Amino acid sequence: MKRRDFVKIAGMGAGATMLPSVPIFGNAISEEMLLIPGIDVAAKKVLADVALNTAKSLGATYADARIGRYLNQYVFTREEKVQNVVNTESFGIGIRVIANGTWGFASTNNVSDEGIKKATEQAIAIAKANARIQKEPVRLAPEQGYGEVSWKTPIKKDFKEVPVSEKVDLLLSANAAAMENGANFVNSALFMVNEQKYFASTEGSYIDQDVHRIWPTFGVTAIDKEKGKFKSRQALSSPMGMGFEYLDGDSSQKIDGPGGVKLYKHSYDIVEDATEAAKQAKEMLGAKSVEPGKYDLVLEPNHLGLTIHESVGHPLELDRVLGYEANYAGTSFATIDKWKSKNFEYGSDLVNLVADKTQVGSLGAVGYDDEGVKCKKWDLVRNGVLVNYQAIRDQVHMLDQKESHGCCYSQSWNDVQFQRMPNVSLEPGNDKYSVNDMIKDVEKGIYIAGRGSYSIDQQRYNFQFGGTVFYEIENGEIKGMLNDVAYQSNTKEFWNSCAKICDKDDYRMFGSFFDGKGQPSQVSAVSHGCSTTRFNGVNVINTGRNI
Amino acid sequence: MAIYSKDEAKRIMEKALSFSSSDSCEVNLDGSESGNIRYARNTVSTAGHRSNQNLVVQANFGKKVGTATVDEFDDGSLERAVKRAEELAQLSPENPEFMEPLGQQEYLESKTFVESTANITPEFRTKVAEDSINPAAAKEVTAAGFLDDSSSFSAMMNTNGLFAYNRETNANFTVTMRTNDGTGSGWATRDVNDVEKLQASEASKRAIDKALMSREAKAIEPGKYTVILEPSAASGLIGNMFRAFNARSADEGRSFMSKEGGGNKLGEKIVDERVNIYSDPQNIEVPSSPWNGAGQARKKMNWVENGVVKNLFYSRYWAKEKGVEAVPFPSNGIMEGGDASLEDMIKDTKKGILVTRLWYIRTVDPQTLLYTGLTRDGTFFIENGKIKHPVKNFRFNESPIIMLNNLETLGVQERVNGNLIPFMKVRDFNFTSLSDAV
Repeated sequence: MKRRDFVKIAGMGAGATMLPSVPIFGNAISEEMLLIPGIDVAAKKVLADVALNTAKSLGATYADARIGRYLNQYVFTREEKVQNVVNTESFGIGIRVIANGTWGFASTNNVSDEGIKKATEQAIAIAKANARIQKEPVRLAPEQGYGEVSWKTPIKKDFKEVPVSEKVDLLLSANAAAMENGANFVNSALFMVNEQKYFASTEGSYIDQDVHRIWPTFGVTAIDKEKGKFKSRQALSSPMGMGFEYLDGDSSQKIDGPGGVKLYKHSYDIVEDATEAAKQAKEMLGAKSVEPGKYDLVLEPNHLGLTIHESVGHPLELDRVLGYEANYAGTSFATIDKWKSKNFEYGSDLVNLVADKTQVGSLGAVGYDDEGVKCKKWDLVRNGVLVNYQAIRDQVHMLDQKESHGCCYSQSWNDVQFQRMPNVSLEPGNDKYSVNDMIKDVEKGIYIAGRGSYSIDQQRYNFQFGGTVFYEIENGEIKGMLNDVAYQSNTKEFWNSCAKICDKDDYRMFGSFFDGKGQPSQVSAVSHGCSTTRFNGVNVINTGRNI
Repeated sequence: MAIYSKDEAKRIMEKALSFSSSDSCEVNLDGSESGNIRYARNTVSTAGHRSNQNLVVQANFGKKVGTATVDEFDDGSLERAVKRAEELAQLSPENPEFMEPLGQQEYLESKTFVESTANITPEFRTKVAEDSINPAAAKEVTAAGFLDDSSSFSAMMNTNGLFAYNRETNANFTVTMRTNDGTGSGWATRDVNDVEKLQASEASKRAIDKALMSREAKAIEPGKYTVILEPSAASGLIGNMFRAFNARSADEGRSFMSKEGGGNKLGEKIVDERVNIYSDPQNIEVPSSPWNGAGQARKKMNWVENGVVKNLFYSRYWAKEKGVEAVPFPSNGIMEGGDASLEDMIKDTKKGILVTRLWYIRTVDPQTLLYTGLTRDGTFFIENGKIKHPVKNFRFNESPIIMLNNLETLGVQERVNGNLIPFMKVRDFNFTSLSDAV
């Protein structure tokens, strides 16, 4: 994280402990300034051409320019207090070139002819300097130029047009609902992002995109002061690639889950969820501690999404597989020889995992990736067998493939683009089968909803996951809430224990808003869809301790 | 150059404050020059240089606060930033926890800037990479590493008379060495203010040795083992423990530091009496800025003394609520060690596990500070005073509170991420499963 772009959230105090650590990019601006349009497309094309022409004149065999305007609005509250409202804008250009067969990158917030020329010269100089120790020249998969095209997240309500007061009122209503229903503390937040990005390359693409993302969330805590115990329940919302309409609380998008848990698809009711959260946090204070052992797990999509992210999304990033991330996030168990064998059983034959950069409502959806490749959907695991990875233009030749997968991303104009995880999702089951049908079929199991503690090794074999709420299943019925649950497994063993998947009516998305990768680290946002899924005989441990 | 001298910084901030018409106004001015090089698969993958500067203006009318930032410092830009902060303050809801900016403060002398680090060149970074890659390649090992260095300054001033200025340099180096057959992995890290102390090639050598030593690891049963934790391994859990040293969440009843029946554990013994942890901005091994971003003075502060909690972090707001003095969060952590070297500690161990580092540490239960994570990049079985063989990595589920109660021996200290942490031997460390990861 770079100092200049990192405005620390002031005044968060202890309340912040319930929220994720949040990177904020750019300069703080007023709410009204979010609505001021950036420079128009024609002007962006002229500026991008300055970079491309300069690069070519200095000997680049390829160049791309990304002019980005990134607008963020974050709102933070706790109980009846507004802690912070942050509006930021970041604007600049990043130029990437290939010279002497080597990548070079430079960026500037001086988006003038002069500033762009200077940055392009820097990018060329870096490429030529690094060419000295480059072992193999960069090989780019062919990609057509798309001419002047555009893409926009299909939103109904632009967050920038919704007054801050309305957002604050909504969060404070959720907080009040939680407090009235027995919470001792509640922190809530709204994260809203608009990436206005323009991409141009020497291959003839001029792509203008307007990308929107939103994440409402909260944490509710209930306390038993006498015993010195506390329990927290996080929101069951999901970050989405949607506009403010996600917060409409449309009842057609609600699902009544087992144990009375309320779940949400493409529309979220934060006040209802906060109400439920408070009741459940209180109930957890007196809930039974789990008996360790083997259980059949019934995993709700907002929980399983994170398991997919960690145990499928990350290990199938080709740069990890090849060792480019060895010093930071690690490598991968899913090595090239396993893929080449065409019979590596990643999961049971029910398991079909797809990468998809086009999924409507997802965080990763765009028309074109950050190197001008048209986005698409492709298989990673088909009928349980590993069939492909995630790779970009300069990587696919290592798989003997000719077409980039279109999953290149940079968090801002200021950072170089690289391979990032697309949405990776588990396909729903084909047969009509609901969550209630699934619960009925389980003799001894646990139903887990929502994300919790998660930890996985650097090659993505061994993992341990918690959740938000846990319910004991006995002889086809929900018996009540459980505490102290975590499951430990191995990626291959786990996905091979996949016994049944609910149908498409139960399908919904989990999302990760601030997924980190790379050195210096960059964040990206990604969704994972699935229906509720059953895994047989998974090892559950008890995490309760007495100190 | 984005580095301003004390006088230049003062002039810019005085100018900015001259445009202020709010009840009070505070400005923070920062600048840095930083460079990095990243390599993997025995070749350089990326390299870059960044120059950043930024002024943050915070204006308030009563408890209504607005913030604006600017990265150009001509009079017009400064005035616009101040006015924007004031407009935002007028539009903002009241923040009941807002505290008036501090007045003039006394600060300790800073030891965070070293000229040689500020003069690091791209050629130096390339040399660090080459000195890591070449010895690795010679031993059938693949190097992946990252060097990141910076020279920076921070300054602040407000309309209540506070002025602070500090310059700092840092260089951070991490390297992972993997044997070409994929069966061994080693890792090392260095972080310094003074690049003369970086010793990156020595770190690379240590990582290569670990990679070679860790080949063909044997699986042993998970369970409770005596462990020798290298400082990098111990620091993750101890750092996480420190997050609980927050008086407010303790007083609110939602922390390990909360007491049954209310209140917090200040003054209670929580770990072995040999545990002493303090912070000190002037420690020559791990110097840090003598003031924080809110202008609060940092001084030497004891956090755990003979196993007893001596201080908790009190924000200015919470300190006022509780009628106590504010205690800023520490900028470094120094845990006192002993004289024992790693070799001495191994020699004194009948049966145990040597752990290089712990990875992917996540909270399992904030109530008991239970964490999970895995060993990585060099885990070895010790028997009768000798390293016998490498072992497969383990997942652990352990609390730093239990770990520091099960202390056997404290060894010499090493710097890790700006902290000084000793090698430590701990009994009954709880490994719960095996991992195939190398």
